Amino acid sequence: MGKVEKKKLEMQATRDAYGKTLVELGTENHNIVVMDADLSASTRTELFAKKFPERFFNMGIAEANMIGYAAGMALSGKIVFVSTFAIFATLRPFEQIRNAVAAQNLNVKIAATHAGISVGEDGLSHQAIEDVAILRSLPNMHIFIPADSVSAVKIVKEAARINGPVYIRMSRPKTPIIYDETYEFNAGQANILIDAPEARVAMLATGNMVYEAMVCGEKLRSEGIPVIVVDVSSIKPINKELIVSVAKRARLVVTLEEHTIVGGLGGAVCELLSEEYPTKVMRIGINDVFGESGTPSALFQHFGLTAEHIYRKLIKELR
Amino acid sequence: MDEQKRIEFEKELNSLRRDILLMLYEAKSGHPGGSLSAISVISYLFLNVMRFDPANPLWEERDRFILSKGHAAPALYAILARVGYFSPKLLKTLRKLGSPLQGHPDSRKLPGVESSTGSLGQGISIAGGIALAGKMEKKSYNVYTLLGDGEIQEGQVWEALMAASQFKLDNLCIFIDNNGLQIDGPVSMVMNVDPIADKLRSFNLATMEIDGHNPDEIENAFEFFKSNKGKGVPTGIVSHTIKGKCVSFMENKSEWHGVAPSKEEVEKALDELGCIESLEDWLTEGITWER
Repeated sequence: MGKVEKKKLEMQATRDAYGKTLVELGTENHNIVVMDADLSASTRTELFAKKFPERFFNMGIAEANMIGYAAGMALSGKIVFVSTFAIFATLRPFEQIRNAVAAQNLNVKIAATHAGISVGEDGLSHQAIEDVAILRSLPNMHIFIPADSVSAVKIVKEAARINGPVYIRMSRPKTPIIYDETYEFNAGQANILIDAPEARVAMLATGNMVYEAMVCGEKLRSEGIPVIVVDVSSIKPINKELIVSVAKRARLVVTLEEHTIVGGLGGAVCELLSEEYPTKVMRIGINDVFGESGTPSALFQHFGLTAEHIYRKLIKELR
Repeated sequence: MDEQKRIEFEKELNSLRRDILLMLYEAKSGHPGGSLSAISVISYLFLNVMRFDPANPLWEERDRFILSKGHAAPALYAILARVGYFSPKLLKTLRKLGSPLQGHPDSRKLPGVESSTGSLGQGISIAGGIALAGKMEKKSYNVYTLLGDGEIQEGQVWEALMAASQFKLDNLCIFIDNNGLQIDGPVSMVMNVDPIADKLRSFNLATMEIDGHNPDEIENAFEFFKSNKGKGVPTGIVSHTIKGKCVSFMENKSEWHGVAPSKEEVEKALDELGCIESLEDWLTEGITWER
């Protein structure tokens, strides 16, 4: 069993792409308003705040109220981006998001950063690993997870175009750039990154796990094991046709996410395939436990989310 | 307020109380106590203060009212029907499957409902957001919201008040319907919120206390709000009211928070309001009377 090699790629954080894209959007569209809950430096909304101070509102450390004010702004015709860490943007004000935003189908874009365990050293209180699961249960909600900073730009732009609520899940650390500028994004999108007519395994990955899946997929392919790797960037709506067609061509489906295995991408894929094309699904993610402190890379090792860990797990499973 | 205006207002108010009782009787569930405590201020607001156009519910310059204590929906529906947003006949459908008159107000179903409310503590934030948008766009509209006194136990209310002061929302007028009772009993026993006016003042609101059933004092409250415009401070009105106002057996009874009247009870209540004859009209035709 050889070592999994990682190619050196250019790195950028999805939140950096978000901050820059907001400024671009704000220049084009004067209806765009941004709110933050005292984390504008971290979420990068400070770039927008500097450029358009009259359209930026720091709501203080009061996320439930921020969602309500955003709903009021949206009811007044604004497109509102609200940002803070994912855990405070979704888990704390969930009921506000449900009743004020989703139920009224309002133009509030919850653009959260610092999702998942890649927050790192701050530990479990700051690591949202349940956000996709809870938001996925809401009618009208869109959920998009960029795999890199290039897709983050396109996703943020698509969120502004959509009429209705959107959740964008972004991360703290710099991550490898896997797409080039030709990348386009639409709601419901999933991209096949590595393909095979008949595969031993299909890896459906989202967010930061897309890169790990690609690295693992290349390694398996180099060893003669046919694989499919898909970036499921739109969790809701999810690309039913593509996922079913991939499941039909693979003996095993594996989901990969920096999120609890309960109710996120893994949950969505299991729900879908159990009804449309029953297939064995292996869910890789945070295995129904909370996170803890550590560097992002130490945590990815600890929770078995690196390409190396996934490779070993799959080899064992495929043997 | 001159005598004529007062008499006319009291007459309107009586009809609206009647509508609330009939609606709740028909629906067999809902919230009479808080609807009857709030209707005095709400009806004065719609009949004498706000600018709106029922034929054009989304008119940009309209004043907005957000019923933060959404369970007083019957009060809101009664006044919206009265001012012409929809036919009073719709009042008979309250809380029934398919009705736009949902148990708690739903902005997606009924014109005139500016925002869905019902989950306590949220309406004031939404009102704040609408007021903030108005400030940002230099619009002249005002935003009014009404909260229950039990509702202000929600922490979000105080977050919303902080923000209203921070953003100098002098286009926002916040009423607290201080009837002193919530479902489980007196507010002071469940979780005391007094002194409310001092709390609002300490959150930098221009604050006034009124008898929320006295038309002169209600009028003064809106004058007070008008006088605060341009001063960069939101207005807070603590409106002292009586839960179940004008129905003797409902007054000051927390048991009447969320129970609909029976046939005998609605007859007794309508009799007290001097409009027992309206029950027959209601039961046969829906609301057919001239106002």
